[in-house]
Amino acid sequence: MSAVMVAKKVTRKWEKLPGKNTFCCDGRVMMARQKGVFYLTLFLIVGTCALFFAFECPYLAINLSPAIPVVAVVLFLFVVAMLLRTSFSDPGVLPRALPEEATFIEMEIEAANGNVPAGQRPPPRIRNVQINSQIVKLKYCYTCKIFRPPRASHCSICDNCVERFDHHCPWVGNCVGKRNYRYFYLFTLSLSLLTIFIFSFAIVHVVMRSVDSGFVVVCFFTLWSVVGLTGFHTYLISLNQTTNEDIKGSWSGKNRIQNPYSHRNIMKNCCEVLCGPAYPSVLDRRGLMLERSLHPANPTAAAAQVGKNNNAEPQPTERKAPCPPDEHAPDDANPNVTASTEDVSYNEKSPSPNQETLPPPQDPSPSLPEDNTDAALDKEKVH
Amino acid sequence: MAETHSLQDLRQQAAIAAKVFIQRDYTNGTVCQFQTKFPSELETRIDKQQFEETVRTLNNLYAEAEKLGGQSYLEGCLACLTAYTIFLCIETHYEKVLKKIAKYIQEQNDKIYAPRGLLLTDPIERGLRVVEITIFEDRSTGSGR
Repeated sequence: MSAVMVAKKVTRKWEKLPGKNTFCCDGRVMMARQKGVFYLTLFLIVGTCALFFAFECPYLAINLSPAIPVVAVVLFLFVVAMLLRTSFSDPGVLPRALPEEATFIEMEIEAANGNVPAGQRPPPRIRNVQINSQIVKLKYCYTCKIFRPPRASHCSICDNCVERFDHHCPWVGNCVGKRNYRYFYLFTLSLSLLTIFIFSFAIVHVVMRSVDSGFVVVCFFTLWSVVGLTGFHTYLISLNQTTNEDIKGSWSGKNRIQNPYSHRNIMKNCCEVLCGPAYPSVLDRRGLMLERSLHPANPTAAAAQVGKNNNAEPQPTERKAPCPPDEHAPDDANPNVTASTEDVSYNEKSPSPNQETLPPPQDPSPSLPEDNTDAALDKEKVH
Repeated sequence: MAETHSLQDLRQQAAIAAKVFIQRDYTNGTVCQFQTKFPSELETRIDKQQFEETVRTLNNLYAEAEKLGGQSYLEGCLACLTAYTIFLCIETHYEKVLKKIAKYIQEQNDKIYAPRGLLLTDPIERGLRVVEITIFEDRSTGSGR
């Protein structure tokens, strides 16, 4: 099998992902665009701990116990590990619908809505679903062109739909969603413990040596905000709610339905959120996308090289697919390739060199009031 | 090998007639399950029973991946104790089941769907949102019927 593919440029899928995320380390790290506050968080944590280790630990280690700096180091490392894990991981972003899927959904919507008289606004795109005998409305996302799964929400800062969307946290520089909520919670919890630890021993130090208590005052304010946040999230976890649902009041009030996702048992709710399965990322960031190679000498060989599943298309003109009327011209030539991007590398951890695709079209989406409501709420930078 | 060969021939020669998308079934919450409702576009191509069997098996596999039980709790606690660094070394239970699912889909395609001019796409490539079934134009005579 001779190597006839002439394309040399190797692009990974993260380079072509829509949305406003930044990627580092060749797609391994995924964060929001604004990272300034994240650097501040890191600086505050590292700086405070450095001061503690430098000025308080020597005295405390000698006069009280050497275990104190050891525990502080362990806690500090755990806090930083959780922070980095929260900030760098995919929160549970849903990939946007490819053109064929989007068209299929549009056709279903039109069939459901029937004929709308001219001049009248079409009804909002909502799908009703019964979950645990409660009716939940699924909203349509005009940007991602999908009906959002229950508990998912569109983050306007990152421009992605995120599963089990909690909130966008500028302190960690990322959204908090299904995949990284437990790391976020453990971060706030361990940070509370670290702050309490440092605070207590700073007081002890002040009392034992009558030194300046400025450090203690700073700790005091940090303590209350972080402990307060941890307490709030503990409350949410025990009820299996997200911050987003809490703000919107989705499950509270007389006319609203009860939370259909809660197990009505605090232990079970906590176990599900904190000890549930480790969900994989459905955004394949490190899969390979090859630029289309021109005139491979041996189409059959090229086809055979694709290996596992689908998609050998050396002659795109043979492909016919229903072309939606509002698609861009380049996609008409090969909609099938775009739609059925195969990713062999998803299951093997090694890249496969013969993936072909075109970048997905970037459609500017009309924003309707519904979408704006979500966007406005997502903009609130609440912890 | 003959089956793989015919699968590739199919993809090279056949044109796509349509695509059907099997949506998620949310009646049990946010767990990954797909609707077993038989789409009308497939009526002429495959048995209803066969299709439902495939989707039901997929649903069972996803349920196994997301099961909340002793194993997931153990995995969670162990990982927490190591500050989740253990995931850099070992594969999670979910990832193991995803591999099983990929194999199952491959096998179903080779044995059942390709001979009928259909192709299942692994839902993980569509963000676990849909099971995409590509329907190829039925050009060859007497294929898989």
